[in-house]
Amino acid sequence: MGTYVPNTREEQQEMLNSIGYSSMEELFTLPKEVLLNRKFHIPEGVSEYEVRNKMTKISEKNQVFKSIFRGCGAYNHYIPSIVKQVTSKEEFVTAYTPYQAEISQGVLQSIFEYQTMICELTGMDVSNASVYDGATAAAEAVLMCAEKKRKKIIISETMNPEIIETIKTYCSGLDIQIVIAPSKDGKTDSEVLTTLVDQETGGVFLQQPNYFGQIEDAEEVGRIAKAKDAKYVISCNPISLGILKTPAEYGADVSVGEGQPLGLPLSFGGPYLGFMAATEKMMRKLPGRIAGETKDKEGRRAYVLTLQAREQHIRREKASSNICSNQALCAMTAAVYLSTMGKKGIEKAALLSMSKAHYLANRLCELDGFQLVYSGEYFNEFVTTCKGNPEHLMKRLEEHGILGGYPLQGKHAGNLLWCATEINTKEEIDQLIHIIKEGV
Amino acid sequence: MKLIFEKSKAGRGCDILPSCDVPVVELDDNLKRQKELRLPEMSETDISRHYTELMKRTFGVNDGFYPLGSCTMKYNPKINDEIAKLPGFSNIHPLQSISTVQGCLEVMKKAEEYLCEITGMDGISFQPAAGAHGEFTGLLLIRAYHQARKDEKRNKIIVPDSAHGTNPASAAMAGFTVINIASTKDGYVDLEELKKVVGEDTAGFMLTNPNTMGLFDKNILEITEIIHKAGGLNYYDGANLNAIMGIARPGDMGFDVVHLNLHKTFSTPHGGGGPGSGPVGCKENLIKFLPLPRVEEEDGVYKLILEKEESIGRVKGFYGNFLIVVRALTYILTLGGNGLKYASENAVLNANYMMHKLKDIYKMSFPGPCMHEFVMTIEDLKKEKGVTALDIAKALLDYGIHPPTMYFPLNVHEALMLEPTETESKETLDEVVEIFKKVYEEAMSNPQSLHQSPKKTPIGRPDEVTAARNPVLRYHF
Amino acid sequence: MKDMLFSKTHEWIQFLDETTVRLGLTDFAQSELGDLVFINLPEEGDEILISESFADVESVKAVSNVYSPVTGTVSRINEELLDHPELVNESPYEAWFVEIENVREQHELLSEEEYQQFIHEEE
Repeated sequence: MGTYVPNTREEQQEMLNSIGYSSMEELFTLPKEVLLNRKFHIPEGVSEYEVRNKMTKISEKNQVFKSIFRGCGAYNHYIPSIVKQVTSKEEFVTAYTPYQAEISQGVLQSIFEYQTMICELTGMDVSNASVYDGATAAAEAVLMCAEKKRKKIIISETMNPEIIETIKTYCSGLDIQIVIAPSKDGKTDSEVLTTLVDQETGGVFLQQPNYFGQIEDAEEVGRIAKAKDAKYVISCNPISLGILKTPAEYGADVSVGEGQPLGLPLSFGGPYLGFMAATEKMMRKLPGRIAGETKDKEGRRAYVLTLQAREQHIRREKASSNICSNQALCAMTAAVYLSTMGKKGIEKAALLSMSKAHYLANRLCELDGFQLVYSGEYFNEFVTTCKGNPEHLMKRLEEHGILGGYPLQGKHAGNLLWCATEINTKEEIDQLIHIIKEGV
Repeated sequence: MKLIFEKSKAGRGCDILPSCDVPVVELDDNLKRQKELRLPEMSETDISRHYTELMKRTFGVNDGFYPLGSCTMKYNPKINDEIAKLPGFSNIHPLQSISTVQGCLEVMKKAEEYLCEITGMDGISFQPAAGAHGEFTGLLLIRAYHQARKDEKRNKIIVPDSAHGTNPASAAMAGFTVINIASTKDGYVDLEELKKVVGEDTAGFMLTNPNTMGLFDKNILEITEIIHKAGGLNYYDGANLNAIMGIARPGDMGFDVVHLNLHKTFSTPHGGGGPGSGPVGCKENLIKFLPLPRVEEEDGVYKLILEKEESIGRVKGFYGNFLIVVRALTYILTLGGNGLKYASENAVLNANYMMHKLKDIYKMSFPGPCMHEFVMTIEDLKKEKGVTALDIAKALLDYGIHPPTMYFPLNVHEALMLEPTETESKETLDEVVEIFKKVYEEAMSNPQSLHQSPKKTPIGRPDEVTAARNPVLRYHF
Repeated sequence: MKDMLFSKTHEWIQFLDETTVRLGLTDFAQSELGDLVFINLPEEGDEILISESFADVESVKAVSNVYSPVTGTVSRINEELLDHPELVNESPYEAWFVEIENVREQHELLSEEEYQQFIHEEE
């Protein structure tokens, strides 16, 4: 049996005796009727060596792809070595939420630096210390925007469907009305949107670049929202902000997104990182932890968790969000990643991703039966038609160690959503094209 | 210490990415960002040293005793982290085809099976990313249950005053009205109060058991029956499950919905505030409402169920904090059924041992025996010497131990709540008891000195009032 | 403190005319609460009901409701408090929270002397 209990059985007995008990059972004064009185149907514990073998075998039942051309909210970017090393430091990994500021300056300062970097990326004034992921960040933003007299929230249909589903679940018990704005040629239909936004609209939500990779006319959508004094929320891909216009430049009141591309591995979907930033005016509506700068009694610069009276542990049922644990270590990962890449590195990651995606699209479109479905500009994702059954093609690519585009569902079934990042080489792309073309 | 931005030097950086081997795309000017992106420009040496400096100003479980009540700061086994880093787990795209992720699905199914056995539940979803997220999800299950029965007038959730703040906050987010009830002076649920507030509008009742005073509610079967008879459901906050693994199960106490904190009971690290994992479990009759997707097994082949009409829907992207589940499963396999019970027994033993050694000096809020944690009150010390729970906590910092949870639960004045966990040795506990005694003596003999503590930490007490009145939330270049 | 009346929930009230009042927190209340860091005020035009909370005040680790001793409509809010919550600590009887018009209902209010007596008994 593996165990992390240091005390030997003899020491335990000694401790029991010293406090007036003769056995463990005596310590447990639970009512008889609730006692389990049998062993768990769970295998007996084993050594570390055996657990390692067992878990490694399970992990080998998954296929690790050497080439990945799939995104849809989870992106395969290069992770610099230092990012993995720094975020494996035991102190960072095992510390609790930094309530005791005097011995938590490391975590607090790293959050403060992370907040600054998120503000720089998005152009917004203030950032929180993270939420669970991009989908829950968008859902929390809905709670920030809905007001007594503005309970209608408009979500563009071109947002990632998982985000839309999460928002709907978050609002299912609340008096908030979710309206989905339709799209045209892969982008939000601004004509229809204009008719939907009214004096009761709390917020308008847009994803940039959107689920289909298209770069939205985010200025126009912002104008439509502002015309009725609705809040404007943009969910964005943080890497794209190395080159693309920022949410602030589009006039967003709140900016959210999935921070996974900033140094976090694919991890079968989590842990990821939800980032949230806002204008100063919306600062007090931000959910979750926020680190702030102050001084100690001797005038030394110090960091603390601040604006805490917004939060559940103080406001209880009147808190606007229930979030307590967040994704602190993932936020630190993003900060180390952004520091390592620097301004030039992020720009390069963005430009390489976009360029590779365009090369991939051009090559795919040379093939019979493959063409771009939407006509607009795109960043590093795009949708094509597919010759034959997309699932069959993907199966064939899998055999070559390639994870191809994502076979879209529902009304987009039959089409593929492709993605490229700086990791994909020209050689890899050419090989992909060769395999599809030759039918091997 | 300087901020990373203050260490930045123009022109420096790391060479991480290759040059472009395909034609470079020209971006339209009206799509380009205008504002300069000011990120640190640093050599790798300087980044590495910066974070090592931050590391030295961080207190982890490896640094010393960490008795934060209700947070279960047990040792985080290293094998768990190594397994989570295996490429077969960490390099898997969440939208790969089912046949290529059988290992991931096996992890979730096995973890579900074991956690169901541990809690006495019938189904579990790993989608919630943290305890509060689990509460919210569990409360939506309760909502869905009443709605499916067309019993829509049930809009109230009853919460005892000793509950964690997340309980009422989650209930409100799920659209319920919160009814707070006071605990008895012995620290238990007040049955008379409970009977008074239950009725046709009761949707459910939330309880942590053992509760935040470290007490197991003896009347638990009667409590859950009162709620069931009134037509409501019982919700178990699993924050304190570490006290009862292998001894008793929420499912056998009349609870219908449970959330667990894998980052407490199942040894996964806290990461300075997250990521955690807050799986939600429920009884058979509620499984159909669980979030999607769900993993199912048929003849050794795993599949994902994506659609089910009655599901509350999705509460997060993909399947939850998967790598945390990998860590927890590794832990469960290491300890095994017998080891889990052994862990709980020792958690309770360590708490009782400490409580016993401290009770002659510190006033205990409730007499022993306790479960895995106990609460002391400094109320008398405050009246006599003006020393508060905060002063005691800050003084402990100078002795290199993390203070207990302060000012919680809310129904105890000047509370200090201690949870030593099972992974501390007798010597550590003995040493810490001596430190607590020393601090108490100091409070009696020289209270002024305690107001000044801590003195040996990188900073003294920070000015939180200024931080909140004039928020500075980012570096200004 | 001229013309001020007091409630048992520690608000002061000053009649500007027969149906218009100003409300604030008493000196006793602010000293119990400690350094305030933010004041949440209602919006102009909001209807306020007697005995219900119409604002809350935040200290670093707590939040407390401010209850209305009257029923009426908010006609003005003291926006200065939004940026300077410390005014409530520094000069509680000048740092008014809201003005309420159309006052239709009011609690039995205490004179200054009665209020001092009341807090003395509470302690």
